[in-house]
Amino acid sequence: MSDVLIRAKGLSVGFPIGGGLFSKQILKAVDNVSLDIEKGSFFGLVGESGSGKTTLGRALLKAAPITAGGAHYSDGEVDYDLENITRDQLKDYRKRAQLIFQDPYAALSPRMTVRDIIAEPLEVMGLTRNRQETDARVREIAAKCRLNLEHLRRFPHAFSGGQRQRISIARALVSAPKFIVADESVAALDVSIQADVLNLLKQIQSEMGLTFMFISHDLSVVAHTCDHLAVMYLGRLVETAPTRKLFAAPRHPYTKALFSAIPSLDPDDRGTAQKLTGEIPSPTNQPSGCKFHTRCPFAIDHCKQVEPQLESDGTGHEVSCHRWKELMAPVAA
Amino acid sequence: MTALIDVENLTLKFRTDEGLITAVDNVSFSLGTGEVMGLVGESGSGKSVTAKALMHLNAKNAVYTPESKITLHTENGPVDVLSLRTPRELNIVRGGAVSMIFQEPMASFAPAISIGKQMVEQLLLHGDYTKEQAKRWSIEMLDRVGISDAAKRFDQYAFELSGGMRQRAMIAMALSTQPKLLIADEPTTALDVTIQAQVIDLMKDLVEEFHMGIVFITHDLGVVAQTADKVNVMYLGRMIEEGPVRDVIRNSKHPYTQGLLAALPKLDDLDSPLTPVPGDIPSPLERPSGCVFHTRCSQMVGDVCKTVEPRERDIDASHKVACHIYEKVPA
Ligand SMILES: Nc1ncnc2c1ncn2[C@@H]1O[C@H](COP(=O)(O)OP(=O)(O)OP(=O)(O)O)[C@@H](O)[C@H]1O
Ligand SMILES: Nc1ncnc2c1ncn2[C@@H]1O[C@H](COP(=O)(O)OP(=O)(O)OP(=O)(O)O)[C@@H](O)[C@H]1O
Ligand code: SF4
Ligand code: SF4
Ligand SMILES: [Mg+2]
Ligand SMILES: [Mg+2]
Repeated sequence: MSDVLIRAKGLSVGFPIGGGLFSKQILKAVDNVSLDIEKGSFFGLVGESGSGKTTLGRALLKAAPITAGGAHYSDGEVDYDLENITRDQLKDYRKRAQLIFQDPYAALSPRMTVRDIIAEPLEVMGLTRNRQETDARVREIAAKCRLNLEHLRRFPHAFSGGQRQRISIARALVSAPKFIVADESVAALDVSIQADVLNLLKQIQSEMGLTFMFISHDLSVVAHTCDHLAVMYLGRLVETAPTRKLFAAPRHPYTKALFSAIPSLDPDDRGTAQKLTGEIPSPTNQPSGCKFHTRCPFAIDHCKQVEPQLESDGTGHEVSCHRWKELMAPVAA
Repeated sequence: MTALIDVENLTLKFRTDEGLITAVDNVSFSLGTGEVMGLVGESGSGKSVTAKALMHLNAKNAVYTPESKITLHTENGPVDVLSLRTPRELNIVRGGAVSMIFQEPMASFAPAISIGKQMVEQLLLHGDYTKEQAKRWSIEMLDRVGISDAAKRFDQYAFELSGGMRQRAMIAMALSTQPKLLIADEPTTALDVTIQAQVIDLMKDLVEEFHMGIVFITHDLGVVAQTADKVNVMYLGRMIEEGPVRDVIRNSKHPYTQGLLAALPKLDDLDSPLTPVPGDIPSPLERPSGCVFHTRCSQMVGDVCKTVEPRERDIDASHKVACHIYEKVPA
């Protein structure tokens, strides 16, 4: 058996939104997603804003309602079916699976000192026996995240965005979890600290045997950090592959558009990115057929009628596009 | 291009339990209409508080030195921003002539009021709109930042939007008052690159359309390269390098700027490990003597770096750097 930590099968999350009591619409934030996250991997999730990355991450943490399909967690010690998890199991799962938030401002309680913020999970989960033990553990993790003793006494409002993000990371790591969803965890950091935190996350990952789901919009960050990538569009996975394979030869037109829009560091190379046109479709009123057809430069009639399915080529590279093969073929001279 | 804002000798400290923290140390810069300035630098270097100072918007424990001066040039003459006191006076800069897109998206929307209502209220407060016009304009702005179904989103609450949508809604709100100066604090951090490109294009259009000036805070040097006319680099409250975007990115002079560029993850080299600027950021309570960067600098030219604060030097007419390497006569 392969070492899969999390396996999602047909996972969907829907939110009721808007309207009156009787005209509730369902917004499908995550739609029929199947994926395997291998133990010890750094699994990257990229995609359009609003495509459901955060929601998928939260569903895997059992923090968003799974409305169809399911997910399975298995770390060698325990085996949980997230759909039918019991209360006791859920309590235990909270120790094993942690979130590092997207927004470090919303995440930290302003009235607690940094020490208390980091210590809280230990105390709530009863993981340490006394204050000394808690303090020792907090100091150890804080040092790993480059926070010093003086920082621990202060309140979060006195910290900059980047500093706060390291506080949230320390808080997520303190309970020694096995699975971490890091949601845009380095987006607020300057490049030097970003490099530092990414190296830190990698180091902690190998030291503590962690598995990461790493959500980011920054493709160069993802390229350097993740071993496997999944690309989302409107709640669906459109392409997954080992990172290098994906960067070497992206197959889905959306993935290609993403790569081409990476801002160049050359000030004279402005405006050369291949820009996507068209509106991002509303998630409550999704296009028929391939959901990308309204913005895809290669869409044909067939795309508007029939939804493509994720198909694997047997090497771990999966794509959901009717035309990927012909689009990959070299253009005849 | 005419003068829009002048910052002179801005020094900003915060009173804290442990004493005074120097967040901004004697910073000066100017921005003209239609100009985009990129402000980059280490986390905690004082970018956000500098930006907030432009609206006189820092926390109550902020202390400005008497030498600090910020002048905003408006149609009705120059305004001494730091002398504004009453809410009425402050209205000139807050949400009027100056708009800010905050780094913390949740903080800029009241949780219990719909996005649309907040946008409309802001417009009614600052412009000559009827309620109906304000609503129409707000929806148009939401649409222009790439929010689909803008009319429906108008009635939603901030928590119902994805991170990136919230950020775009915030951008729409900040732009809807057609400010003269837009301060954008990490406005694209949660956006995927295709939307980022769209938002950057929108901001450029608005610069043209309204001759707006933009202070663009970001750590993404790619975004800076694509948007800014000039770049200012901060470290521990000091402006350590400034100049036209090409010069600063292609021909950076300050060892810290060089370190930032070296730390960027590069797509054409996935094998080398990332290289952060070595060493720890000093605590703001223990600011290093001499050059504030000397505790982490690999190019120190001698003890002078530890004892004498480098002055800003002209590399050429527009490119300036504060580092002893470029002092002609060592002190
Ligand atoms: N209200 C406050 N009280 C005390 N210190 C503060 C306060 N606000 C900011 N500071 C301090 O001022 C310094 C500059 O903070 P600022 O938020 O401007 O950093 P920044 O450059 O925007 O960083 P980032 O890139 O992480 O957002 C930091 O050391 C911060 O801890
Ligand atoms: N609590 C909620 N109630 C209603 N709709 C929600 C809720 N949470 C998320 N959504 C919707 O679900 C969709 C997916 O949101 P999600 O936050 O997962 O996107 P994302 O991919 O993380 O985007 P971003 O990159 O902007 O953070 C969006 O259309 C969003 O508005
Ligand atoms: S299926 Fe058609 S519309 Fe969809 S990505 Fe492929 S070519 Fe484009
Ligand atoms: S002044 Fe000295 S310590 Fe400071 S950046 Fe220049 S060489 Fe380095
Ligand atoms: Mg998100
Ligand atoms: Mg900031």
